[in-house]
Amino acid sequence: MLFEEYVAKPLLAGAGISVPTSRSVRTADEAADAARDIGPCMIKAQVPTGKRGKAGGIRAVDDSDSARVAAADILGMKIGGHCVETLLVEAKVPIAHELYAAIVNDQKTQGPLLLFSQHGGMDIEDVAAAHPNDLLQLPIDIRNGIDRNALESLITPTVPADAVDLLCTTLLNLYEVYTDNDAELVEINPLAITHDNNVVALDCKFTLDDSGIKRQHELSAKGTPENLTELEMRGEALGLRFIEFSGNVGVLANGAGLTMTTMDAVRHYGGEPANFLEIGGEAYTLGQAALELVLSHPNIKALLVNFCGAFARTDVMTEGIIEAWQTLEPKVPVFFTIHGTGETEAIAMVRERLQLEPYDLMDDAVKAAVEAAQ
Amino acid sequence: MIIGSDDQVLVQGMTGKQGTFWSERMIEYGTRIRAGVNPKKAGIIHCGVPIYASATDATDAAPIDATVLFIPPLGVKAAVLDAINAGIGKIVCLTEHIPVQDVMYFLAAANEANCQVIGPNTAGLVTPGKNFVGFMPAFNERVFRPGTVGVISRSGSLGTLICLKVVEAGLGISAFIGIGGDPIIGTTTHDALEMLEQDPSTRAIVIVGEIGGSMEEEAATYAHQVTKPIVSFIAGAASPPGKRMGHAGAIVMGSRGSYASKRSALEAAGAEVLDTPGNIGQAVKDKLGE
Repeated sequence: MLFEEYVAKPLLAGAGISVPTSRSVRTADEAADAARDIGPCMIKAQVPTGKRGKAGGIRAVDDSDSARVAAADILGMKIGGHCVETLLVEAKVPIAHELYAAIVNDQKTQGPLLLFSQHGGMDIEDVAAAHPNDLLQLPIDIRNGIDRNALESLITPTVPADAVDLLCTTLLNLYEVYTDNDAELVEINPLAITHDNNVVALDCKFTLDDSGIKRQHELSAKGTPENLTELEMRGEALGLRFIEFSGNVGVLANGAGLTMTTMDAVRHYGGEPANFLEIGGEAYTLGQAALELVLSHPNIKALLVNFCGAFARTDVMTEGIIEAWQTLEPKVPVFFTIHGTGETEAIAMVRERLQLEPYDLMDDAVKAAVEAAQ
Repeated sequence: MIIGSDDQVLVQGMTGKQGTFWSERMIEYGTRIRAGVNPKKAGIIHCGVPIYASATDATDAAPIDATVLFIPPLGVKAAVLDAINAGIGKIVCLTEHIPVQDVMYFLAAANEANCQVIGPNTAGLVTPGKNFVGFMPAFNERVFRPGTVGVISRSGSLGTLICLKVVEAGLGISAFIGIGGDPIIGTTTHDALEMLEQDPSTRAIVIVGEIGGSMEEEAATYAHQVTKPIVSFIAGAASPPGKRMGHAGAIVMGSRGSYASKRSALEAAGAEVLDTPGNIGQAVKDKLGE
């Protein structure tokens, strides 16, 4: 789950990291008021995407009137597909150096990884490309946290000597933000050293681990909801991962791997999937809700049901589908292919109650569904 | 594979609905389940074995080689640490949606204790004809006939289909290693590939991958020195980037984790990568010259 700058920065401040005085606003008048109180400031679009500056979503202003003009320009702007509805009005900071700092979940070291560079203010991918040797990395054992001495010797050669101590403290505080909030990523870019040798976070990107949401209720309420379609939102409310596409072959399978594979096979045989929808894992009893969801897709011309039971029992899933099918009486043709745990009962049910013959080969079921959809 | 025929197995979270259902099947199949754990039900007998308050209590009573966890996400960290403290050497972690920082914590502890973790978010391990742990339909002979093909899979459902296809072609399975669909897991594709290369009962290897992360690419750096034929299927060719496809690990970020990257890495290492899993059995057969 993504967090916009104006909700992420208070997490930094809460851990003792300096951030500029700021106020979030939703109208040009509010921006003007904020600028009057704050003084020379930056007007920053709040959208869950990068490259805001390049898109014209960040502007420096010196007074209240120019703040109003800039705010009016930026509000309503589209940046990376997101409409700007909120602005952060933030005090200008006299910058001496712009640095980069982040802590991420790292697949390779299987632990948190601290990233630091003396080159901040640009995309980290560009930093990595332009100055690969200056992108410092410190793997962290999550059981012990960051070793301050290791951190100090890592960054000392790259930053002004009189900033080292405060920078180390800031990075340790950043790690606290990471662990306290189940972060997947927390990034400060740029992290500024000011002319008076203060260390200030000028931006913050924070991503909450989706698996951590269940123990971060207060925090997750402040995150940016995923940009979902109406049907996708219905799926989410039911606890089903549903993703809508533009094709016309509906896909209902169990397990992420099998569902992706079913979509792949649809495309391989010349069709286009209408959706991703898996009812595996703990959700395998939701057959009925899943069917209603997939049939609500306006494009759907054929439905492919591909079950391969391991944990999920195909008889339980199939029973849910059949019951929903008999209630909804949909007109689209349906093609079943069922294997694994509970297959004998499941196949018998399809035969008896829907008078349909499930396909023994998945590829045959996919071909038939693609053909029927054309 | 991994869990041997003589290994004594513990089930943490045995008394719940899924724990009970799958423990019964594991016992029936031949897995040597020796005890269960539920802190609130210590002292009872369940599925014919004693229930203890902790893994430590269980190992105090009798030696345990491996444990399998049927535990909800927020309880897994404590349960795995309990198993590590109890000195259990192999931990099969089935649970999906565990906070990643918890996973990193117990994997670090497991590494230090020289303990092997399989998963999280795995459907388990099957050695056909001998034993299984987790929730795989090992008892279904259309899926798991004993044989010589080792299968590594990030997905349980797709792994099941692949095994079925291998068996349909007249071959059998030497081992199914479900490694799990999470981004950070204890036993990687590379680890599993090494185990199958060294396993004398395995003659050919199937890698069932999916988009996201770089595990297949990393395994490919080792695959070129594997002496046994490798056939692979990677799920997610039709999945768009930037969307998490069900599994926490199945997401393409920019060019990272893409289908094309995995496919070309495995092909460069000499593996045959198929467009659909339908013909995977025949492809393995051809590679074995049968």
